[in-house]
Amino acid sequence: MKNKVITVEQAIEMIPDGATLMIGGFLGDGTPELLVDALIKSGKKNFTIIANDTAFPNKGIGKLIVNKMAKKVIVSHIGTNPETQKQMIEGTLEVELVPQGTLAERVRAGGFGLGGILTPTGVGTVVENSKQKIAIDGTEYLVETALKADFALIKAQRADFYGNLFFNFTSRNFNPLMAFAAKTTIVEVEELVPIGGLSPNEIHTPHAVVDYIVRGNAR
Amino acid sequence: MIQDQELAKVVIAKRVALELKDGDVVNLGIGIPTLVANYLPPKVEIFLQSENGILGMGPAPAAGYEHPNLTNAGGSPITFLPGACAFDSATSFGLIRGGHVDATVLGALQVDEEGHLANWMIPGKMVPGMGGAMDLVTGAKKVIVAMQHVAKGNAPKIVKKCSLPLTSIRRVDLIVTDMAVIEVTQKGLVLKEVAPQTTVEEVIKYTEATLIVPEKVPVMPVNL
Repeated sequence: MKNKVITVEQAIEMIPDGATLMIGGFLGDGTPELLVDALIKSGKKNFTIIANDTAFPNKGIGKLIVNKMAKKVIVSHIGTNPETQKQMIEGTLEVELVPQGTLAERVRAGGFGLGGILTPTGVGTVVENSKQKIAIDGTEYLVETALKADFALIKAQRADFYGNLFFNFTSRNFNPLMAFAAKTTIVEVEELVPIGGLSPNEIHTPHAVVDYIVRGNAR
Repeated sequence: MIQDQELAKVVIAKRVALELKDGDVVNLGIGIPTLVANYLPPKVEIFLQSENGILGMGPAPAAGYEHPNLTNAGGSPITFLPGACAFDSATSFGLIRGGHVDATVLGALQVDEEGHLANWMIPGKMVPGMGGAMDLVTGAKKVIVAMQHVAKGNAPKIVKKCSLPLTSIRRVDLIVTDMAVIEVTQKGLVLKEVAPQTTVEEVIKYTEATLIVPEKVPVMPVNL
């Protein structure tokens, strides 16, 4: 078995300019801050970022926006980060707004081998746009396509050396979904425990979808 | 009409609280809807759900007791009550879209005569994104709008037809304001109650949409 534990620098080295990144977190809760900070330090850019939101200017994904590292974001909410709106209006950042439940399902579909999902959310609104609609038993649904990424940068409370993951309270959010949906999944963890140190019943994400582990604050 | 703006918000919250039943799973939006949890009738226990993945949310913690992984959908620190559970975003929206949330209470920019709600953007001015609002309005069993009756400059918010982009084509069920309780029915908007210190004539004056006004309109059963 290869050891999945790498340094934060090794993790960032793998990520090329222009990559599509899924980044976990909900307004910064559950975002891998060490990976975000190291990405900023690397000076890489032109990323497409898929995430729930663009957080706050000084927190989580918000810092990547402030440092002008994204060319496009696919998110459900930008209201807490004025910088996102500013770059959108200036025309330097493309923003695709997706209803939060639809975004979660599009990511899940990407990781679960589905081409997309059918949802009633957005029917008859601007979200409908030119999307295909399908009626089932008299209800109209939008066809929402799956999302995939080159890298998922996620955050977990605990991992074992295999990469089995446990998340803490509300930090789980998009993290377990994104773990499945990227070619390479890198997890930043607070605590690294020996193999067998997690009960099979408490594991939220199986190690098979985790490629690399970066140690967080607990080194 | 009630002049004191703070009192007006409390009246809205107190009246919405009467709509919630013991055991309900409830999602409260930001602003006035958040206040509803403070005015639940005795013996009514509800389970507060938040989009970011918790059912059984408690009040804000005392200063110094914040936990970085216990936040609400606005990013503010919360606590959890015994029996609470945490889950991922797909499960959270499975609860919401799947019809497992008994009631959602949301603010609004506009609601129209057909019960359609606009609450997520003002083109060219404010584009925060819809977050979970579209899923909530589409999927919750009951949608209650809690808002001040008029916008700045007394501009009506209950209009003939929403000019702002809709949140969903699903109609809301009830509109509770600092002036009235209005039910959305197949026939149109029915004035069910007026707020204390408020007349039916005032409600009609500050409502652009046509209201169906029964012969007797009781006063909201809330204490000021």
